[in-house]
Amino acid sequence: MKNIRYSTIKGNSAGYLALLALLGAIAGAGLVAAFMMEHYGHFITGMNQQIVWGTPHVFAVFLIVAASGALNTASIASVFGKTAYKPLARLSGLLAIALLAGGLTILVLDLGRADRLIVAMTYYNFKSIFAWNIILYNGFFLLVAIYLWTMMDPTKTQYTKVAGFSAFVWRLILTTGTGSIFGFLVARLAYNEAIMAPLFIVMSFAFGLAILILVTMAACKWTGRPLGDALLRRLKNLLGVFVAGTLLLLLAYHLTKLYITQYHGVEAFILLNGGVYTQLFWIGWMLLGSLVPLAILYHPSWGRNRSLIGFASVLVVLGGLAAMYVIIIGGQAYPLLIFPGKEVASSFSDGIINSYTPSLVEFVLGIGGMAVALIIVALALKVLQFLPESLADEVVDPHHK
Amino acid sequence: MDKKTNPTDQARRRFFGQVAAVASLTVAPGIILQQVAHARAPELPASDRQRWGILINTNKCAEGCDACVTACQDEFGWGPDSPNEKHSAPNQKAQWIRKVKLTDKQTGHVQTLPLMCQHCEHPPCVDVCPTGASMKRADGIVLVDKHICIGCRYCMMACPYKARSFVHEELHDQKVNAPRGKGTVEACTLCVQRVDAGRQPACVEACPEQAMIFGDLKDPESAISRELRERGGEQIRADLGLNTGIRYQGL
Repeated sequence: MKNIRYSTIKGNSAGYLALLALLGAIAGAGLVAAFMMEHYGHFITGMNQQIVWGTPHVFAVFLIVAASGALNTASIASVFGKTAYKPLARLSGLLAIALLAGGLTILVLDLGRADRLIVAMTYYNFKSIFAWNIILYNGFFLLVAIYLWTMMDPTKTQYTKVAGFSAFVWRLILTTGTGSIFGFLVARLAYNEAIMAPLFIVMSFAFGLAILILVTMAACKWTGRPLGDALLRRLKNLLGVFVAGTLLLLLAYHLTKLYITQYHGVEAFILLNGGVYTQLFWIGWMLLGSLVPLAILYHPSWGRNRSLIGFASVLVVLGGLAAMYVIIIGGQAYPLLIFPGKEVASSFSDGIINSYTPSLVEFVLGIGGMAVALIIVALALKVLQFLPESLADEVVDPHHK
Repeated sequence: MDKKTNPTDQARRRFFGQVAAVASLTVAPGIILQQVAHARAPELPASDRQRWGILINTNKCAEGCDACVTACQDEFGWGPDSPNEKHSAPNQKAQWIRKVKLTDKQTGHVQTLPLMCQHCEHPPCVDVCPTGASMKRADGIVLVDKHICIGCRYCMMACPYKARSFVHEELHDQKVNAPRGKGTVEACTLCVQRVDAGRQPACVEACPEQAMIFGDLKDPESAISRELRERGGEQIRADLGLNTGIRYQGL
């Protein structure tokens, strides 16, 4: 491999400024939405006493999961020694930090008392997986920052491998923690499964890589930097493996639930008669978010078409958001089993499917967090050397013919 | 020989008698309260020598009666008669206690019961709370510290009884018993302010059928312990192993 040359992007074109302005407007709208929720209270959202985590959490958890997955490309280069991925390692680390920052921004701004963030940082209940996640998120920022430093400071490159390994192990623990937020919930029939942790890890591989592919394609195209077919082919094949891996773990999850009579109700709800949740599961997550991308990515001719690879990546991202909606909101919509064997009725939505209509403020807060992540990426590319000057095949892979 | 009582002795007897009466009147209420209701002095912390609980006889709980619910609403200032939560949609309003109607799927047998925080010995809400705002007192009462609750709602996700509520808007004219706060989570406190003063929870006091017995589960001679020993009582979702402080008969 030739020496990879990195450089900052100029960042003074009309397109760049327009992009920043657009993202800034979305992020600003997100802040306004958060302020309104803080000022008036959560009654202006669609969230209620039964669906306590709503659309903001769909975006937040998606971004947090994708963040750890975005680091994968760097890990493959540093930990597993695949040099072909090395040119993307810096961008991979940057995306990991940016996506996590975007996700956490949403999560924090949705809190009932966002002004008490300092309390969350100073009072810890170590039996809470949530408290552990706060430590894991902060540690992730720190480790990835150090990892990036060892990659970007020529005098520190001897530490890259150990920093990369630490960040890799940490990210696996982090996503285990994110999945376990749901896995540890004893009361909810849709959660309460150890497989939530590995399921979230393999989903993170897919979502993070899809975003990395899209950002790489966009950054190269808009800055006129070459992007070779060989590298893109590696990435898209890997994306296909991760999407298929998600399907495998999801199959194990549902087969387990389907086998156990107690879960037949919740399975029927998600898979058969859950209305919007069933549609999002089959059409959003399975068909558009998994099967169509797989068909594109592994098709002999479609899989070579750049636009279609980009399209497949977009579908994986949208499928990921659908997945989060089904898991987070669908999982809460199905009633708790408080009195087995009884029909239950009360003034507090016992025994019925809980209703939830997402509100505009929640959606705007969610996409605001996404915009925050992309603003961080756009600004970082301008001030530090994250992006290789060329990702052409002959630069990336010396054996390329 | 006639034994005449010395007038000085009579005065002394009267004096001692009066002293004894005054002393009894002063000390007795304290002793009786301690024995009967275990009231605790304000400066003393809650003790694990007690475990407070309620036993609810569902056979006595009348369908259509919601005296326990309205008593709780009056005590803590929530519900339709409160001046608060007027902006919140019906499914956004807090409910600390609710009447639940159960119909057996096999037999069609109908029963009703009040459902609130079950004051678990191993509360999932306390386990999951990141800041420790969700906490259990030494005497088994599960509470939320409103000062360190950040409003993440993870406890609501974790509670197997849906006992907790989130406050969706600003509140005014609150009751002093338990200040509530926008953006924080709340639930039945087992009327901790009454219990600490040696009184019964509002719901127990209000039940016209005397279907609820409040007391110390650790005191073998308390009415609740005797009733549980003699006639038994079940926990809701006993399979979860949470050892709830609220028990039911006739489930």
